[in-house]
Amino acid sequence: MARITAGVATSHVPAIGAAFDQGRAGDDYWKPVFDGYEWVKQWEKQEKPDVVILCYNDHASAMMLDVVPTFALGMAEEFIPADEGWGQRPVPVVQGHIELASHLAEQLVIDEFDLTLMNNMDVDHGCTVPLSLMFGQVDEWPCRVIPLAVNVTQFPTPSGNRCWMLGEAIAHAVESFPEDLNVQIWGTGGMSHQLQGPRAGLINPEFDNAFLDGLIDDTDRLRAITRLEYLRESGSEGIELIMWLIMRAALGKDVEQLHRFYHVPASNTAVGHIVLRPRELVTA
Amino acid sequence: MRTRLYPLEDLNDIPGTTVFTAKRSREAYHLHKFCMSLMDAANREAFKADERAYLARFRMSEEQNQAVLERDFNRLIDLGGNIYFLVKLSNTDGWSTQKAVSSMTGMTADEYAAMMRAGGRSPEGQRSKREGN
Repeated sequence: MARITAGVATSHVPAIGAAFDQGRAGDDYWKPVFDGYEWVKQWEKQEKPDVVILCYNDHASAMMLDVVPTFALGMAEEFIPADEGWGQRPVPVVQGHIELASHLAEQLVIDEFDLTLMNNMDVDHGCTVPLSLMFGQVDEWPCRVIPLAVNVTQFPTPSGNRCWMLGEAIAHAVESFPEDLNVQIWGTGGMSHQLQGPRAGLINPEFDNAFLDGLIDDTDRLRAITRLEYLRESGSEGIELIMWLIMRAALGKDVEQLHRFYHVPASNTAVGHIVLRPRELVTA
Repeated sequence: MRTRLYPLEDLNDIPGTTVFTAKRSREAYHLHKFCMSLMDAANREAFKADERAYLARFRMSEEQNQAVLERDFNRLIDLGGNIYFLVKLSNTDGWSTQKAVSSMTGMTADEYAAMMRAGGRSPEGQRSKREGN
């Protein structure tokens, strides 16, 4: 039986990817950011997940122009890193997991989540920057990845509560997959940031840290945060945090925090990162 | 009428912020098609070689053309644009996303970078036009 053994959340700032690719990770500006991910890189080497369900948003790379799916599940054998205007990131091709993705596609629609299924798409920094942060510089990613793209850009986005319910449905779907797989679920994006207009540069550490706290013991409060409140408090792009709720909901009622990191700034953005384990799986 | 958690017009109550909607997305469709065309290296070269001529391949409004030529990102957002499309243009120019974003704030790129290093823009007074908080 497949099991969700952990949840990971992280920001997915493109400039982090650029610093990583151009060997600037040790610079004064970037070192504090990358130091925050040293723990998780070592941890992932021990965890050895078979599959990661990676919740991210496409940044007008594969979607948003001709089609605007609310929830889009990556069904392909592989996903090529997108050229976002300065060439592809020099990172491995992302390998999918057709059997588990097909099972999710079936189970989630039966559970009334009307997904869009993507048989062919490139993946942008939203997907590949988290992979670089968790696994470092590698010739190939050490696990399969099922990308789950969420519309967090064009209003109305799904609500945080809807994302939560999707996460619960993902947990049920994974549990009913017959093969023994070690599955992680990642929520990416956030934390507070705004990339447009005279209010650009907004950062709200109070909101961000309360959100991180709430992932542990106040999830009902997080589920109730409205789109308007995300915009007001965490900036127009801070609403990416709804994707963290998919991750959190898939872990069940109680979790243990294994690691947490918060840093300002990376480019325009507050960087947040947390690693959670379902409490029933925590060994003393 | 169905009830909503908040009046939808409140989305327009946030200072210095434009909410990207289905209507705006449609208004900017051809602008965004241009932006996404820059995901191809040959198209980037063609654009750099003759910006005007390249823009003529797309059914953009003259205001949109002009705002692209001027790299006026606030204006492009007024005309329906969304930053995730628009950074394809600034990436083509070799700008960092931070530089593109800073150009909308009335600060120089250096001033904006310094503000970010100092912790970013506080939400105080930036939440609501109506409430002034």
